[in-house]
Amino acid sequence: MADVNRGNRPLSPHLQVYRLPLAAITSIMTRITGHALVAGIVLIVWWLVAAVASPGAFACADWVMRSWIGFIVLTGSMWALWYHLLSGLRHIFFYDAGHGLEIAQAERSSQILIAGSVALAVLTLIIFFAF
Amino acid sequence: MRYITPRKAAEGLGSAHSGTQHHWAMTVTGVALAILTPLFMIVIARAIGLPRELVLAYFGRPFQALITGFFIIVGMLHFIKGTRIMIDDYFQGGVRKAAVIISVIFGWAVIALTVYALARMGLGAIVVL
Repeated sequence: MADVNRGNRPLSPHLQVYRLPLAAITSIMTRITGHALVAGIVLIVWWLVAAVASPGAFACADWVMRSWIGFIVLTGSMWALWYHLLSGLRHIFFYDAGHGLEIAQAERSSQILIAGSVALAVLTLIIFFAF
Repeated sequence: MRYITPRKAAEGLGSAHSGTQHHWAMTVTGVALAILTPLFMIVIARAIGLPRELVLAYFGRPFQALITGFFIIVGMLHFIKGTRIMIDDYFQGGVRKAAVIISVIFGWAVIALTVYALARMGLGAIVVL
């Protein structure tokens, strides 16, 4: 390795100074939404266990569930769930199957992924408050 | 002497010899969750705001209990395998081991709590009948 010229080769940009392309952002967002969903699951399971535990425990969990904190966690989880679902479908039907891997195609599917998840989240909220 | 071709010995195995199964498990649980997610959202959305007695009766009914149980169990199995990929990517050595153990225990604890809550609600309804 000693005789390899290391001086004037092009260097790959470091992650911290590299502006991530949209496809990379939607990719890492899949992992982030998947792990963030723990918050929603913990809240719902706590609420279910509190319901069978005692009236006092349920009152406490139900208060959190119906507070603005609960609204933010549940609405956020709902969007994260739609995002993660759509992204998972993209994996199964496109990336894992070897389709849509060109830069332009990945860019396009990323735009659809973001728009689709927001549209489904808004639709879910409308249906929730209308019925 | 092995009467097996190198290709046959390697087929279906990644460099770690277990990645294929992991990936396939994520695909199977992912497909199940894609179907369960809208149903689970409806079940939870209709339960929010109910008083305690009605929450107990609501999740004691077959559809609500089965969708909730199915979603949480498959979801946490998907979570355990999903976090494993994240942990393998970002952590090494003892921290990685500890993180994997915590993730698996957490996933199964959530499953156990859900099954316990649903069983309490469901069995209550049978006793009343």
